[in-house]
Amino acid sequence: MSADIVSAAASTVLSVRDLSVTTASGAAVPILQGVSFDIRAGQTLCIVGESGSGKSVTSLATMGLLPKAELSVTGGAIFLDDENVLDASPARLRRLRASRMSMIFQEPMTALNPLMTVGRQVEEVLCYHTDLQAGERRARVIAALSEVHLPNPEDMALRYPHQLSGGQRQRVMIAMALALNPRLLIADEPTTALDVSTQRQILSLIKELQRKHETAVLFITHDMGVVTDIADNVVVMRKGRVVEHGPVANVIQAPTERYTRKLLGSIPSLVPPMPREIVSERLALEVAGLEKTFFPGGNPVRAVQDVSFKLGTGRILGIVGESGSGKSTVARCVMLLERPTAGSLVVAGSDVAGLSREALRMHRRRIQMVFQDPNRSLNPRRKIAQTMIEGPLNYGAPKAESLRKAAELLELVGLPAEALSRYPHQFSGGQRQRIAIARALMLDPEVIVADEAVSALDVSVQAQVIRLLKDIRERLGVALLFITHDLRVAAQICDDIIVMQRGVVVESNTCRAVLTQPAHTYTRDLIEAAPGRDLDQVSRRWESYVHDID
Amino acid sequence: MYGFIFRRLLSALPVVFIIAVIAFLLVHLAPGDPAVAIAGDGASDDQIAAIRRSLGLDQPLPVQFVTWLTSLVQGDFGTSMISRIPVSQLILQRTEPTVVLALYAMTITLLVAVPVGVLAAWKSGEWVDRLVLAMSVIGFSMPVFVIGYLLIGAFGTNLRWFAVQGYKSPGDGLIPFLYTMTLPAITLSTTYIALIARMTRASMIEILGEDFIRTARAKGLQERQVLFGHALRNAAVPIITVIGSGFAMMISGVVITESVFNIPGIGRLVVDAVLGRDYPLIQALIVLTGVLYVAINLLIDIAYAITDPRIRYS
Repeated sequence: MSADIVSAAASTVLSVRDLSVTTASGAAVPILQGVSFDIRAGQTLCIVGESGSGKSVTSLATMGLLPKAELSVTGGAIFLDDENVLDASPARLRRLRASRMSMIFQEPMTALNPLMTVGRQVEEVLCYHTDLQAGERRARVIAALSEVHLPNPEDMALRYPHQLSGGQRQRVMIAMALALNPRLLIADEPTTALDVSTQRQILSLIKELQRKHETAVLFITHDMGVVTDIADNVVVMRKGRVVEHGPVANVIQAPTERYTRKLLGSIPSLVPPMPREIVSERLALEVAGLEKTFFPGGNPVRAVQDVSFKLGTGRILGIVGESGSGKSTVARCVMLLERPTAGSLVVAGSDVAGLSREALRMHRRRIQMVFQDPNRSLNPRRKIAQTMIEGPLNYGAPKAESLRKAAELLELVGLPAEALSRYPHQFSGGQRQRIAIARALMLDPEVIVADEAVSALDVSVQAQVIRLLKDIRERLGVALLFITHDLRVAAQICDDIIVMQRGVVVESNTCRAVLTQPAHTYTRDLIEAAPGRDLDQVSRRWESYVHDID
Repeated sequence: MYGFIFRRLLSALPVVFIIAVIAFLLVHLAPGDPAVAIAGDGASDDQIAAIRRSLGLDQPLPVQFVTWLTSLVQGDFGTSMISRIPVSQLILQRTEPTVVLALYAMTITLLVAVPVGVLAAWKSGEWVDRLVLAMSVIGFSMPVFVIGYLLIGAFGTNLRWFAVQGYKSPGDGLIPFLYTMTLPAITLSTTYIALIARMTRASMIEILGEDFIRTARAKGLQERQVLFGHALRNAAVPIITVIGSGFAMMISGVVITESVFNIPGIGRLVVDAVLGRDYPLIQALIVLTGVLYVAINLLIDIAYAITDPRIRYS
């Protein structure tokens, strides 16, 4: 550690100085290099960056939670008030956690212990860090839960995580993190897994509690929209280094670095481009009166009610809505992975809803699917070639011909034909999603169903994959059913949009009409809740930087 | 919960019935005539026919089955062909040693296997973990009688810390019980220690990678609380399954351990019954073993529900 490190000013809660982290085993690959920033009490610093930028490593290093077998700190200091946490003993670190610094995570679904009541999980913090008696602890738990505006906190405390919604679970996480009124709150993508309206509520909750307790907030996100809504200062990170650092107004409005400009330019605009002309009157998919009712525990749940739409050849139809809106159930019904309870499903002129098992097998090639997470949708033990030709081989195509086609399609999606002999882990997330798209094209489908197909990708990669999908639609005339919760993505890719809420279609029109003149209040609420509404102009200014190569 | 248990008991009835049918047919379809076996060498055809009549073996099979099942339901398993003692009495005499041995062995298993498995998972990839893995391979692949005789040689005949054979019930006093039963219990538990330690390790490694473990650490909890308070219970479901079926196996099949240590238990009764073609006894043992497995599976399911609030039985 260098000698010239001086502790930070009094009002500074967290001061990261020249932090360096490398991999612990083998050759020490640098993960963080000379990262420095400060956060003052009551202020929010956003670290923004794409996957692999080191933003999460920075937060874990601060909490002393780096996986020791994999990563080690090789230089610098992290001052929490005046104490360098890198020098703290494990016991001291445990004392600091929750009492002076706490953390909330991305996935509220998995961040809570499923076998413990949420009240007990909040109480654990008090058990370990205070000497309160059982009665006092109980009162504090109820107070903490009501501070995050959970209804009926007494009742909530006795519930298990699976009995709460995603937003409620994140509120419990926040209650737990702030139970001891820490000086610093680290929030690692806390709203990424949530719906836009829930996201907005959680963000305003964090703001409210921050004002009340003068908490310093280190907020990690990949979403520039969230940054503009909540940050005082911004650190842009890339490949373990700080690229740009400054007050939010400067970084967003007048970025000086090319990379920041590229990030801003990659943000999909909420305003859709002018609609394309309809080139073909042919319908690839026609859904009428689709119903799906589930019977969990005997009680009927109408997940999808009377959904009808038409998807023309060479068109992209978006289904947007929040979780629980039924959009994924529609996708599964269209794929006939679920049998619809009622309704007709016409693919390229023939009704397929009532097909026998054998007829269905022959039909399946006409609708293919691209999934959300390319890291899990490709079999890790199979070479790309095996994965791609499996479909055609099942339908009796000769192997040599299939391999030739696979190579062609890989080139179509922008990958070299040599990729065929490699395994999925040898590709980046964006490349894997390209492979998944190529695989879907192997059977010359009429329709591709893309379920949140770009949601797991970084913005710059997302922009490339969106362009690829539009290009394929153009060149092959395939129709796309595009399921997404992200209105910005929908605006950039869809020709038409249907908006779903609680199993029902509330609005259905051209993409431009839905997003610029929404007719239904729910659609208006969704647009209203999308973070960073004023980013569009900034984004358009830097559009040309999207093509920057890393 | 009680409704669930009641429904499970009801649904177990057909299973038990099928086991009874199989047990009955197994004996009647097997080659060899029990009447001939009972009559012994040099018996006349008339004598054999008389025996057959007295046992009801001349009746049609369905009639024999109904007769047998009716008395079975009333707790009458028939009389042993060899010893002429009622089967239920024979089995009852042998039940205590076997159950006591199984309970003792399972206690040792849990006390060793679970902490060792947790430790191995916590230090996954380090030397402790590799040592545990190596030991469990040895424990699993070493034949039970080898372990038994090794223990007898070392701690019985050489050091004279423990008895080399026989049975003492806990009712005979704690010291005599431990003195006699410790070596057989250790012998019986080695396989299960290896199995359950590996199971615990694998399950714990998976759970330790979960987000809520990171949350627990971020709360400032000590590793002990993280491991035993948060992780172990989440890792428990597969472990409980192995413990349950392991316990059933201990009771129904401890032939070798009982033979090595000369313990008058169920395992040796099974062997004697099969070798002597003691059909009523064999049938009773098959049915009771089936009932035991059904009961233990029910207990496993109840244990799941207690461990995991997300499992609701409706």
